[in-house]
Amino acid sequence: MAKKTRITNHIRTLRFHNGEMTQAELARRVGMTRQTVIAIEQGKYSPSLETAFEIAAVFQVPLDEVFQYADEA
Amino acid sequence: MYILFDIRSINTYITYVKHILHGDHIVSFQEKSAWAMAIISIVAMTTYISSVLPGARELPLVEVNYVGAMLSTIALVILAAIIIHIIIAVTNTSEANDQDERDMQINRYGDAFGQWLVAGGAMGALLMSVAEWEHFWIANTLYLAFLLATLVGSGAKIVAYRRGF
Repeated sequence: MAKKTRITNHIRTLRFHNGEMTQAELARRVGMTRQTVIAIEQGKYSPSLETAFEIAAVFQVPLDEVFQYADEA
Repeated sequence: MYILFDIRSINTYITYVKHILHGDHIVSFQEKSAWAMAIISIVAMTTYISSVLPGARELPLVEVNYVGAMLSTIALVILAAIIIHIIIAVTNTSEANDQDERDMQINRYGDAFGQWLVAGGAMGALLMSVAEWEHFWIANTLYLAFLLATLVGSGAKIVAYRRGF
């Protein structure tokens, strides 16, 4: 059972809208391993603020279009 | 023909075992390293205990010669760690030594678990030497603390990689 963070993201959708960018390509552009990109996409890892901005910069969108914070129910 | 069949069988078996162990999870270089260190520490601990304990049938435990077994398992741990890391790196050269912020955080997290055991072992050994216990107990407390620290630290890293961090 994976421990999920409360930070959700639209990285999968953004990759799709950016010519089906591969996880490996995104990882290369932000200087991470592919395993970390997968962990972020699956909500198993919350990246640092700097990495989050770098990911947003790759997709050329504001940070809050990539990451959202789920409010407590 | 038979050789071809055998190679296919091995590949099928490896794929099957990988699926059972990891499912769709992709194992990074650092996670493989954690698995390697966990397995090495278990093997070292079992080898050491099984080579020292039989001596206690004829002599009191503290009089058993443990030094040879201890030094040789320490040498084997170092050698095995080097060889296995070379194999892991060679089988996936593109990821060898790739380490990002998540790997570094998981490393620190795992090492923090291990450090508690090393500190506990050192404290135990200190108290034993103050109380003038036999060298056997002091050396073995320190040695097992190191091995357990490696095992627990690696285990914590594997859990962090698998469950999320």
